[in-house]
Amino acid sequence: MNLSAPSNRECLIALVNNESGQQVEKCYQCGKCTAGCPVSYAFDLMPNQVIRLIQLGMKEQVLSCRSIWLCASCAVCTARCPRNIDLAAVMDSLRGMARREGVAATGRGHNVFLFNKNFLQSIKKYGRLFELATMLSFNLKSGRPFREADAGLAMLQRGKLKFSVTRTRGQAEVARIFERVAAVESGAGKCN
Amino acid sequence: MRIGVFICWCGSNIGGVVDVPRVVEAVSALPGVACCSDYKYMCSEPGQEKIRRAIAEHRLDRVVVASCSPRLHENTFRQVLAASGLNPYLLEMANIREHCAWVHQQEPAKATAKAIDLVRRAVAKAGKLEPLHSAAIPVTRRALVVGGGVAGMQAALDIAEAGYQVVLVEKEPSIGGKMAMLDKTFPTLDCAACIITPRMAAVARHPAIKLLTHAEVTAINGYVGNFKITVRQKARSVDYDKCTGCGICQEKCPCTVNSEYDQGLGTRKAIYVSFPQAVPNKPVIDRAHCRRFTRGKCGVCQQVCPSGAVDYAQEDVLFEEEVGAVVLATGYDLFDWTRAYGEYGYGRYPNVITGLQFERMNNANGPTGGKIRRPSDGGVPENVVFIQCVGSRDEAKGKEYCSRVCCLYTAKQARQVLEKIPGAKVHVFYIDVRCAGKAYEEFYQDAVARGACYIRGRVSKIYPTGDKLMVRGADTLLGRPVEIEAGLVVLATAMVPGAGGAELARLAGVSTGKDGFFQEIHPKLRPVESSTAGIFLAGSCQGPRDIPDTVAHAGAAAVKVCALFARGEIITEPVVARINERLCTGCLACRLVCPYRAVEPKSIPARGGAPERTVAVVNSGLCQGCGACSATCRSGAIDLAGFSNEQLLAEISALCH
Repeated sequence: MNLSAPSNRECLIALVNNESGQQVEKCYQCGKCTAGCPVSYAFDLMPNQVIRLIQLGMKEQVLSCRSIWLCASCAVCTARCPRNIDLAAVMDSLRGMARREGVAATGRGHNVFLFNKNFLQSIKKYGRLFELATMLSFNLKSGRPFREADAGLAMLQRGKLKFSVTRTRGQAEVARIFERVAAVESGAGKCN
Repeated sequence: MRIGVFICWCGSNIGGVVDVPRVVEAVSALPGVACCSDYKYMCSEPGQEKIRRAIAEHRLDRVVVASCSPRLHENTFRQVLAASGLNPYLLEMANIREHCAWVHQQEPAKATAKAIDLVRRAVAKAGKLEPLHSAAIPVTRRALVVGGGVAGMQAALDIAEAGYQVVLVEKEPSIGGKMAMLDKTFPTLDCAACIITPRMAAVARHPAIKLLTHAEVTAINGYVGNFKITVRQKARSVDYDKCTGCGICQEKCPCTVNSEYDQGLGTRKAIYVSFPQAVPNKPVIDRAHCRRFTRGKCGVCQQVCPSGAVDYAQEDVLFEEEVGAVVLATGYDLFDWTRAYGEYGYGRYPNVITGLQFERMNNANGPTGGKIRRPSDGGVPENVVFIQCVGSRDEAKGKEYCSRVCCLYTAKQARQVLEKIPGAKVHVFYIDVRCAGKAYEEFYQDAVARGACYIRGRVSKIYPTGDKLMVRGADTLLGRPVEIEAGLVVLATAMVPGAGGAELARLAGVSTGKDGFFQEIHPKLRPVESSTAGIFLAGSCQGPRDIPDTVAHAGAAAVKVCALFARGEIITEPVVARINERLCTGCLACRLVCPYRAVEPKSIPARGGAPERTVAVVNSGLCQGCGACSATCRSGAIDLAGFSNEQLLAEISALCH
């Protein structure tokens, strides 16, 4: 790994800090986040390694890792960080950056990415979650059309899944939230 | 008024930027200036000679030197004035190097204009200067040392050996401090008791040291050379003149208490000697636990005492000591991890102990007779995990700073586990191993070579599994979380300032840093002097340090005390605040802002037979000439000598015209 290759280290650190409200350069790599993380067994990069990549300005590597999508946002890392860094917030801002910059999530991370996307599309369209359509769309796009089909059937029989969706009264407000998010994101900085 | 102005080139430092001949020309025209000249190095001998000659030739009565910062050479030029028969305080300096040439290197024309302004300001002030005279205050050649740990003992012995009297005050019943609790000490593995107990005996035996144990300083008044100290001798409930130290009372006392000396791993009685080698080796009664005092019953110790020394009626005694200097050596305490670290169990698991508890356990006169055992069941721990930086380097839960000693004592303890328990496994979790010290790195490498497994990462959680503890940490070099089943976990907890340090800082009027350690006045050049003249700092009360550094620090403090005593008197700076009693309204706002507690109220007879009125008075022995009072005084009654309101206004108006 050639660390003298051109990178935009300061820019990436500033961007992540600005979006997450944290100071990632404070991290001294003690690894307490990794030691406490309950989902680290599924990670390709440990939480402290994610922070290290930001510290070194390695944007592609950090945005394309699975860990940022598999993070469960339980915030044990945040609670125990001796340097007061809210790692869960950093992970969240990395997910936002990856989506905006169109960096494809890989492996199991891809499913999380897809689910997030479908979930938000449903909220945007109906103002609430339309479970059946969301799950069908997710199953088709993720290539496993019958995933959780038995549970879906049982839910249908008990009347927990509807074939149509009742739109909420607050749909106009929800639409405004999406507009506002789009406006904020269009003004967000970028690094190369 | 005949003012001489001397402008220095400082080689090219000033001359390379400022147009010095142009400054000379402009300054020569100023009113009151009798002569003005320049020279390449004004501070050099020929430069000084130039000033001396000009003073005689032009009959100068005020001198202005425009050169570097007065911090550097004000004293040099004052001596030139004194040698020429002028009062040394008739000198005014203009800093045209740091304040001008160095910071305006790119703009020589503007720098020259600024230099002229700075010299004009100095000339205006010089016209208002008055002669000032320093005074000599006698010094009481007797020192107070607060704290009887290794730092306090070293300072006391060094001062006493130099031939001066010392009063050593220790709050515990015995001297010895934390070092007396340790087993072996890094990096030489010599036993702490073998080093410290002869020292303790030497302190007690020394004819020049007055040892007061179980005592506290309750007031520090006065100023450098002339302190008045109030000491409270806490009631021991034992008459030390009668007590022979036979120990029967301890044997028979029915009341058992957790031992502070054994860090809660062992017990003592309510009438007790802290440890067998204690100095003085005579007991005190712990009134908070003694049945005689808590329930009004018992009295066994008094009945069994063969010399009739037990005296339940003894009371605290207050008395005064006069000393010339004070050494604060109040040491450290350990950070209370049980309040902060929930992930390590808040102290609920008996097999999670501190490094100091490990020391007690490992010590031959400790609760287990020197055997490393699990406190829960007395079993032998085959797997010991050490966790470093518990409370240190942890701004979220503890302290931001590094405690400096833990890396080495952890390496030492790891080694001792491997030596004492054959086949034991030792894991050490660390963030960085810091071994800056003579033979320290070698010592750490030796622990690794003997089998201690170092893992770079912090521990996130400790939880019980069966009768073991599961330690979940990370190996950041491997990039993976790791788990270790441990029989015993030892935490290297942070060093924090000794209890009572904040109160003592208030009594002594010394400042503390943000972590509560006493603040030295200069971090590099004056590491043992506090913000109050005559009060010195020794050992870890100033910041975390190990035994060799503590002894060196205490020795340095002792030398400062001896230097003060050897002179026998203190020459006071005449730059002190003066109060005009006619203008003073007695509001005492100055007293509130004075950082040196130099201002006190005084009653004076009022005019026209009215009742007495209060005015402020400045103790010139305490005043350091900071000027805070002068700036605060709303009736303009306070002038700082050498920086009077009139002089400052003259400078301002010179700059504004």
